[in-house]
Amino acid sequence: MSASTIIFYILATLVVVFGALTVFSRKIFRAAISLLLSLTFVAGLYFLWDVDFIGALQIIIYVGGIIVLIIFSIFLTHHSGQKLPKAKVSKKLLSGTLAVAGLGFTTWVVSQFVFKPAVGVTPVEPNVHNIGLQMLNYSEYGYVFPFEVINILLLAALVGAIVIAIKKSQETEK
Amino acid sequence: MEQVPLSHILILSSTLFFLGVYGFFSRRNLITMLMSVELILNSVNINFIAFNKYLFPHQLEGVFFTMFIIVVAAAEVSISIAIIINLYRRFKTIDIEDTTTMKY
Repeated sequence: MSASTIIFYILATLVVVFGALTVFSRKIFRAAISLLLSLTFVAGLYFLWDVDFIGALQIIIYVGGIIVLIIFSIFLTHHSGQKLPKAKVSKKLLSGTLAVAGLGFTTWVVSQFVFKPAVGVTPVEPNVHNIGLQMLNYSEYGYVFPFEVINILLLAALVGAIVIAIKKSQETEK
Repeated sequence: MEQVPLSHILILSSTLFFLGVYGFFSRRNLITMLMSVELILNSVNINFIAFNKYLFPHQLEGVFFTMFIIVVAAAEVSISIAIIINLYRRFKTIDIEDTTTMKY
């Protein structure tokens, strides 16, 4: 067992443990912090697999952006120290059965299937240089069109978020 | 160098996925449901990177899909936080059982 294998299993355990704390914790702020730690350990997995750029993106966007936004909205909509209400037993039972059955089925399928890696190919280093060249390439296998579409999507989403959340002071006074 | 078998990575990501599914169906609070969706999206990202690294190391397709999923997740979170804040202003709660104006 090499060191990277041991590090993988440690990181995998931490990801699953903090993911479970996110789902099961009844204090919403603790759930948010567990989600933060879980996403950070996922970024650790990416660094372990030498996909440095995606690991950096994960930390910058998820941990630095999304979690901060979620914590911000928790502060806006919750009184501190309040526990979340307990879920209904029937609902818990239904979703637990669904999750366990799905996990069992997926594990069974994955353990049966034989994966065939591509042989005799020269691996491409997933560094910023190669990713950037293919991302903005407009010949075959280039990704410039999805890149532009995702730009428009992000712009539309951010403008839409402002439009939805803005306070309409005149309307409320009438 | 010996590597972790691919099936172990897939079992890790499916565990994370079904934790997210459990949270999405059992929680009543909108923000915690949003956190569960984040877990689901992350498990898919792990899958994409693992497949790219193990099965097709001569391509970068998994990396691109992961980047696009991260961007779509950011857009989704910003929209849903806006909706949640608007909902809180109107109903003073974000519990899905209490906001029943459009039910039936």
